[in-house]
Amino acid sequence: MAGRNGTATIGAATGGAQITFLEAIRQAMFEEMERDPTVLLMGEDVGVYGGAFKTSEGLLERFGWERVIDTPISESAIIGAACGMSYVGLRPICEMQFIDFIVCAFNQITNFVAKGHYLWNAPAPIVIRGPSGGGVHGGPFHSANPEMYFVHTPGLKVIYPSTPYDAKGLLKAAVRDNNPVLFFEHKFLYRRIKGEVPADDYTVPIGKAEVRREGKHLTILSYAAMMHTSLEAADALAQEGIEAEVIDLRTLLPLDEETILNSVKNTNKCLVVHEDTKTGGIAGEIAAILFEKAFQDLDGPLVRVTALDTPVPYAPTLEEYFLPNAKKVFAAAKELARY
Amino acid sequence: MAKEMSRELTRQQYLDLYYYMRLNRAVEENMVKLFRQNKIVGGLYSSLGQEAISVGTCYALEKKDWIAPMIRNIGALLVKGVPPRDIFMQHMAKYDSPTKGRDGTSHFGDLDNLHIVSPISMLGDLIPVMTGIAIGARYLGQKVVAMTWIGDGGSSTGVFHEGLNFAATQKAPFVLILENNLWAYSTPVRRQVPLENLADRAKAYGIDSYIVDGNNVVAVYNTAREAVERASAGEGPILIEAKTFRRLGHAQHDPAEYVPKEMRAYWEARDPIALYEKFLTAEKLLDAAGKKEIDKKLDTLLTAEREFAENSPLPPPEFAEGGIYCTGDDCHKIRAKWERPIAEVTPPKSSVTPVWTVPGFGSGKGSGGAAAPIHFGDAPAAMEKPSENGRPAKTATKGTPKKAKAMSASASRKTRR
Ligand SMILES: Cc1ncc(C[n+]2csc(CCOP(=O)(O)OP(=O)(O)O)c2C)c(N)n1
Ligand SMILES: [Mg+2]
Repeated sequence: MAGRNGTATIGAATGGAQITFLEAIRQAMFEEMERDPTVLLMGEDVGVYGGAFKTSEGLLERFGWERVIDTPISESAIIGAACGMSYVGLRPICEMQFIDFIVCAFNQITNFVAKGHYLWNAPAPIVIRGPSGGGVHGGPFHSANPEMYFVHTPGLKVIYPSTPYDAKGLLKAAVRDNNPVLFFEHKFLYRRIKGEVPADDYTVPIGKAEVRREGKHLTILSYAAMMHTSLEAADALAQEGIEAEVIDLRTLLPLDEETILNSVKNTNKCLVVHEDTKTGGIAGEIAAILFEKAFQDLDGPLVRVTALDTPVPYAPTLEEYFLPNAKKVFAAAKELARY
Repeated sequence: MAKEMSRELTRQQYLDLYYYMRLNRAVEENMVKLFRQNKIVGGLYSSLGQEAISVGTCYALEKKDWIAPMIRNIGALLVKGVPPRDIFMQHMAKYDSPTKGRDGTSHFGDLDNLHIVSPISMLGDLIPVMTGIAIGARYLGQKVVAMTWIGDGGSSTGVFHEGLNFAATQKAPFVLILENNLWAYSTPVRRQVPLENLADRAKAYGIDSYIVDGNNVVAVYNTAREAVERASAGEGPILIEAKTFRRLGHAQHDPAEYVPKEMRAYWEARDPIALYEKFLTAEKLLDAAGKKEIDKKLDTLLTAEREFAENSPLPPPEFAEGGIYCTGDDCHKIRAKWERPIAEVTPPKSSVTPVWTVPGFGSGKGSGGAAAPIHFGDAPAAMEKPSENGRPAKTATKGTPKKAKAMSASASRKTRR
C-alpha cells in the first residue's frame, strides 16, 4: 500500500529496509541521539531493561547513563525535569511506560509545558511518547487513547502515526521541533506492522495528513491502528463499487484542515473512524470544521465510527465489542454512500 | 541577635542585604498603593515580614545560577537584577511588561540573561522543573545551582515529593527553600503537615536539611550560602526550612481574621528589617544619615520606575492571538552552552555495559533485541491470520517470549533476595 508521495508503505516491500513499527521508533531515537548530543531519553525502565516495550533497547549501551536516564515512578517529575532541561538547551524525550500514565503528569503538561511559549517566550522542545491504544487486552488502565485531553490544549502538538515510515519520520521531526510534542505509539502496531523506511535520514512534516487511498464516493478520515482498519474496510467497499478516499490524519494538533477539506469537497461525504471514545473525540471537531467550512459541499451527515463511551473493558469479548472494526466501518460507509 | 549575625561578611555584603530588603519592602508598598488606586489588574500578594528569606537566599547565588520565584519572592527577583518597573508592569498587565500582559504577578522569567524560570500558580510544579535545570546544566558541564521556594502548604503537593525525590536520586545541585510562614491561606501549618519541623521531610529523601530563623537575614544568607556550596560540590539537593510568619492575609482581599492576635504581635516584634537595622547600627555599619540616603535613593528610583510603568499602555486586544508555538525566530534561540567536551557524552566514549551492579550479587543481563518479550502487544500465534475484528493481519511477529528465559530471570531475582 503506497502512499500518495510514494514513500510511505504498509506491508509491501519496495526495496528499502522492512522494519517493525517498534523498530522504527527505536531507530528514530537512536539516530536523533547520535545526531545531536542535546537529545536525551528519560523514563521508567528505559535504560538497562530497554523499556517495557523494548523501544529503547541498546540506547543505554550506546549513549550511557547521563543520556538514558532511568527515573523513579514519577510522571510529573519526569515531565517537569524535561521542561527544566529544555530551558538550558536540551531536547529530552520522555517515555511514559504506558501512555495511560500521562495523565499523572497532566498538570505539568497542560499548565507548565504547554503555556510557556505563549506566556513568557519559553518554548519547551520536549517529546513525550509512549505506548497507547487497545486491542491487546491491556484492560482499562493499559489501553487508553488520551489524545484528546491534549488536543484541547493550545501550545502542544499531538502526533499519532500508523506506519513505521511515519513513526520514524515524525518522531525525528518531533525531536527537532521547538515545541512540546506528544507522540502516541499504538502498541497494537508495534510488532504487527512492518514497513519500508529509507536508509537515509528523513523527517515527515508535523501537521500534514496523508491520502492513503484515493476515491471519489466518500472520505474516510482516521489515524493510528484504525487507519489499517479503515483501509481494510475500503478494500471491501471497493468490491461493491464504492471508492473510499482514505486519509491518515497523522497529526491531530495542529490538524491538517486543508487536506480534509480538499477531499470532502470532492467526495461530499465524510466518515471519521477513531479508536478513541465517541464523546469529545476528534470526529466531533472535524464535524464542526466541515459545518463551518464545507457545509455546502456535504451530501450526507458526518458519520462517526468510534469506540463506545466507556472505559476500555478487559475481557476479549467485551473489548472486541467496544472497539470499532472493519465490519462496522464497512457498514457505516455503505450507509453513508447511499446519500 | 544570634551569633550568626557576626559571621564574616564584607561591609558591602551587609549593606547589600539591607538595601535589597528595603527595596523589596518599598516595591511592595508601592504596589499596595497602586492596588488601592485600582491600577493593579488582579490580586496582590505580600511578603511583608518575609523579606529576609527572598533576599538572603537569592543573595547566596551567583549570576549564572538559576532561580524560580514564587509569588512572595519579589525580593529574589530584585536581587537577581529584575528592574522594579517590570514587577510593577506585570501586576498592571502592561504591554511593556516581560509577558506583555499575557500573565501577571511574578509570573515571568528570563532564560537568556538572568536565568529566571517563570513560576505557574500550581504549587510545587517548579521543584521538578528546577531539578531538570540542575541536571541539564550539569550534563552540559556547567557549574550552576538551581533554587526555588515553596510554602508550608505547598510542601504537601504530590509534585513536591516527586520532584525532591527525583532530585535526590540524581544528586542534583538544587536548593529548595521551604518558607514556613505558619499559614497556607486560612489553614494553619498543623493542619497541613503533622510535623514540628518541616525540614524533617528531607529525611524521606535521604537529603540534608537546615532550619533557620527566617527573620534573620544574615543567618538566612549564611545558611543558604553553605547549602549552595554543598549542592554545587555534588552533595545533592538540600532543603532549608526558614521559620517565619505571613504578616498580611493570603492576598489583599483577605483580612486574615483567623490569625490569633498574640501570634501576630509576637512576629510583628520580630520584623526582619527592624532587627537588621538594630544590628547594623550596633556594628556601626549604618547610621541615621546612611539610612536617610537609602530612603532617598529608593524614593527616587521607585518614583521613576512607577511612572514608567504607569505610562506603559495595555496590550492591544489582538495581541491575545498568536504566539502559541515557537516558529524558530520569534523567541529566544534554543541552544545548549557546552562547558565540557562533547566527546564525553557521545559514543564511543559514552558507551557503557548495560548492567546494574549490585554489590555481592551477580550481574543482570540485557535482553534479546527484536525477539525480546514486550509487555503487551506481541501477536500471539492465533493472530497470524487476518483477525475477526478487522485488525490488520500480523506481518511482523518474531517469535513469542521464551518462557524458560523469563522464568530463569525471575528465579535468579528471587535467589538474590
Ligand atoms: C496546587 C495548588 N492548589 C491550590 C492552590 C491555591 N493556593 C494558592 S496559594 C495557596 C496557599 C499556599 O500556602 P503556602 O504554600 O503555605 O504559601 P504561602 O501563601 O503561605 O506563602 C493556595 C491554597 C495553588 N496555587 N496550587
Ligand atoms: Mg504558608
